[in-house]
Order: sequence, then C-alpha cells, then structure tokens
Amino acid sequence: MPDYKDRKPLSYYSTALPGVDYSELQGKLIVIEGPDAVGRSTQIRGLKPWLEEAGHAVLDTGMARSALAGKGIKEAKQGNTLGSITMTLYYLTDFADRLENEIIPALRAGVVVLTDRYIYSVMARAIARGENRAWIEKTAGFALVPHAVLYLRADVPDLISRVVVGRGAFDFWESGMDLRFGRNMFDSFVRYQSRLIRVFDSLAAPYNFQVIDATRPPVEVFESLKASVARIFDGDDKPAAGDRRKSVRPAHPSGSFRAAAIRRKS
Amino acid sequence: MQFFVPNRGPGRLIVVEGIDGSGKSTQIALLSQWLRLRGYAVAFSEWNSSPLVHETTRRGKRKEMFTPTSFSLIHATDFADRMERYIIPLLKAGAVVCADRYAYTAFARDMVRGVDRAWVRNIYRFALKPDLAFYFKVPLEVALGRILGGRNALKYYEAGMDLGLSRNIEESFRIFQGRILAEYESMIEEMGFHVIDATKSIESQQKEMRRVVLREFGVTRPPGVLGVELNAARLHA
Repeated sequence: MPDYKDRKPLSYYSTALPGVDYSELQGKLIVIEGPDAVGRSTQIRGLKPWLEEAGHAVLDTGMARSALAGKGIKEAKQGNTLGSITMTLYYLTDFADRLENEIIPALRAGVVVLTDRYIYSVMARAIARGENRAWIEKTAGFALVPHAVLYLRADVPDLISRVVVGRGAFDFWESGMDLRFGRNMFDSFVRYQSRLIRVFDSLAAPYNFQVIDATRPPVEVFESLKASVARIFDGDDKPAAGDRRKSVRPAHPSGSFRAAAIRRKS
Repeated sequence: MQFFVPNRGPGRLIVVEGIDGSGKSTQIALLSQWLRLRGYAVAFSEWNSSPLVHETTRRGKRKEMFTPTSFSLIHATDFADRMERYIIPLLKAGAVVCADRYAYTAFARDMVRGVDRAWVRNIYRFALKPDLAFYFKVPLEVALGRILGGRNALKYYEAGMDLGLSRNIEESFRIFQGRILAEYESMIEEMGFHVIDATKSIESQQKEMRRVVLREFGVTRPPGVLGVELNAARLHA
C-alpha cells in the first residue's frame, strides 16, 4: 500500500495535473473527513467564521457541489441503477471540477480552503463496496496533499443516534442499500457504516489523518478542531515572517477565482 | 500491467476504433446486421451514450467547462455506466456486444490533451478485454476529406479547441486529429488491433471483418453464445 505520510502539502499524491504550476499555490487546504452523520457540516459552519474572524479568506466546498457534475450526481442518486464504479468516477469528476476551477484558483490567491469530505470519502465508499484499492488510490491520485486531514471518528451507535435524532430517517445511499448489506435499511446501515469506518481507519496512517474523537459533545470536538487548525498557521503570523503574512490573505485574487466565486453564487 | 479484465463469456465483445472519418461506424453497423442474420443475439453500445451522465456532459460542453482531467473522468464515468449496466450483463447472458469506440479512444484522446498515460490507463482497468478490436487505419487527409466535406459545423471539443492549437476550428481539428492518429498508430501492436485498411471500398473492408470474425468465432456459433434459434427453441419448449 502506498504511504503518503511525508508528502509536502499542496503537492500531488501520484499524478500531476496537466497545466498546474504547483509552486504558485500558497493558501491552506484543510479537509474535514468522516462517515455520514458524524457532524462534519456543523463543525464547518463553526470553523468558517472563526477563521474569517482571524482575518483569513475562506472558501468552503464539499462533495457533489461542482457546477459541472453536482446536479447530475444528485439526479443519478434518485434512480436505482448507479453502479459502484460509475458512482466512484462520477464523484471524481465532480472533485476534479472543484479542484481545478475552485480549490486551486483559491489556493493560488492565498485563500484557506475548507472542504467537507475529500478523495478519502470517495475511496472509502468504493473500497467498502469491494472495488480494488490500488485502482481507486491511483485514480484519485491527482488530488492535492492537504495541510491537514481532520478525521472525525465515531462508532456506528453514535452515528445511529445522530441519524435518528437529527434526521429522523435512514438514507438509501448512507445505508449502502445499493448493495443491500442487510435485510432492511437499519441492518444495512449498521453493516455498511461499520465497513466504511474500518476503511477510513485503514486510510488514517498512510494519508496522515489527525483522528478527532467525534463521540464527544460538538463543543469539545470544535475545540479540538480549532487547536489542529491553529497549528497549521504556526509561524505564519510571527512579525519576522512579515512577507509570509500575505500568503494567508487574498492579496491577488486571480480572475478565474473570481469567476468561480461568481459561478457558485448563481 | 494488465490493461483489462478477461471476458469470461460466454458472450463476445467486438470493438471498432479509429479517428473521426475512418468509417468505423458504417462498418460495425454492417457487421452487426450480418451477425444478426447469422442468428446471433447482438447488442450495440456507442461511446459517450450513457443517459446517466448525458446532461453533465452536455452542460460541460455547452459552457466549455472541461479541463483535460474532468473531460477524461466524465467519459470514464459514461463508459463505466455502460459497462456495469449493459455490456457486462449482456456478455454474461451470451450476447455479442458491438462497441463503437472503446477505452482506446480515451487512451488516444486524453494523451493528446496532456493527461498522464499511466493514470488514464489505470482508470480503465475495470473494462473487459475485447475479443476482437478492429482499428480502421486511414491517412489523415482522407479522413479529413470525409468529415470536412460532409458535415457543416465542427464542435469545440471534437476539434480540440480547448487545447489552443489554432484559432481556426478547421485547422485545430486537423492538428488534433493528426495527433490522435499518431497515438492510435502507436497502440496497434501493444493492444493487438486487427488493422483494417480504411482507404479500401466499404465492401472489401466488410469482407475482411467478416473473415476475421469467422476465423476467431468459428463458422458455427460457439456454445453459450445466444442466438435466434436458441430463443425460438425456448419459446416452443
């Protein structure tokens, strides 16, 4: 299994993107990962204003939100014929569009990019469905190495209570019902999410995840996340490193980043 | 590296490849028809035709949103959908599946767009290995003459306009197709293509294809491969 522990942030894992000058990238890339219903979006809603308060420009993005493929993925999930290789590649199309048209332009402009899920969720879902691990690792290998991957870890019972209390119903895809891991949605959810968590755990070391215990109350989880995020900026604000200050501010927003921001609004 | 997954049948997979204007679509249509008349159950699958990703591809093309990487991935998604939902089940059922373009199209085009060779070849590792892959070999000028004479408007990505090769769409198309042609030529031996001389008459190309099919499949239908008689026998049983 490949090991990317020592890869420099904002380089690529295994395949360079055509036309990207990696030396231009200067923002920060922060990934929040973890299984369904673990509380990622709640935490991101807190982290974004906290970062902005500190003077950072923040782009938040997440899976299936691309201008290119977001809508198509949502429509495909309404049907009952989405195969697991097709689903994996569709999500990577969405990711590629956001990476090249939103994330990279933002990083070029010195923005902090906060992303809800990354390639690891796409990989975990594919591997949990029995797809070849080497295949998906190589296929997703054009992703940028983040400054931090904050893995919100919880066990299945925690997820169940969040689904029932927070959402009131089980979701077809979150329950892995496309492969019917159990006789009903609850049984399938339990088996599928257990598999997913095992796969996430197995990705933690090679991809350098910071494991955050998400079974604790959200405020405590938030404190841990803030501490991890603050470490990324260590040194950036020291007076001696004044020239590096601008690297965390959108000093020179490029045309394409502005275009991406406008496109997201529409 | 193993490119594809072996087709464990009982069906048979036949693919045709070549640059635009090489005449491959005409030939695979004639071959399908002939196979049907010989009693085979024949299915057909065309590049970039999955209804699942159709809208996304259309949006991307209309708004010219694709990068080489997302262009490559959306075509792989389209291919995966047809593979998982259509081609694999039909081959397992014993049909002859005829595909107009296959993974080799991505290998050639994506390479010209500057995508990493090992990366794109890895993506298609899930594809089944064709039982027969025909390559329609044609000089660039002949193919260009057929395309540029016949249709009125070239499309943006079809002409490789995203590569900035030329501001003139026809000139861009020439350069783009020429590079794709070179990629195909370099794959002939590696991929074991059956080369068809696409400058010959339609009739003689078809004759050659049928000769190859008979040689590879045998004169009588191989066991397990579905056909009309078998269906009829079932109906009367």
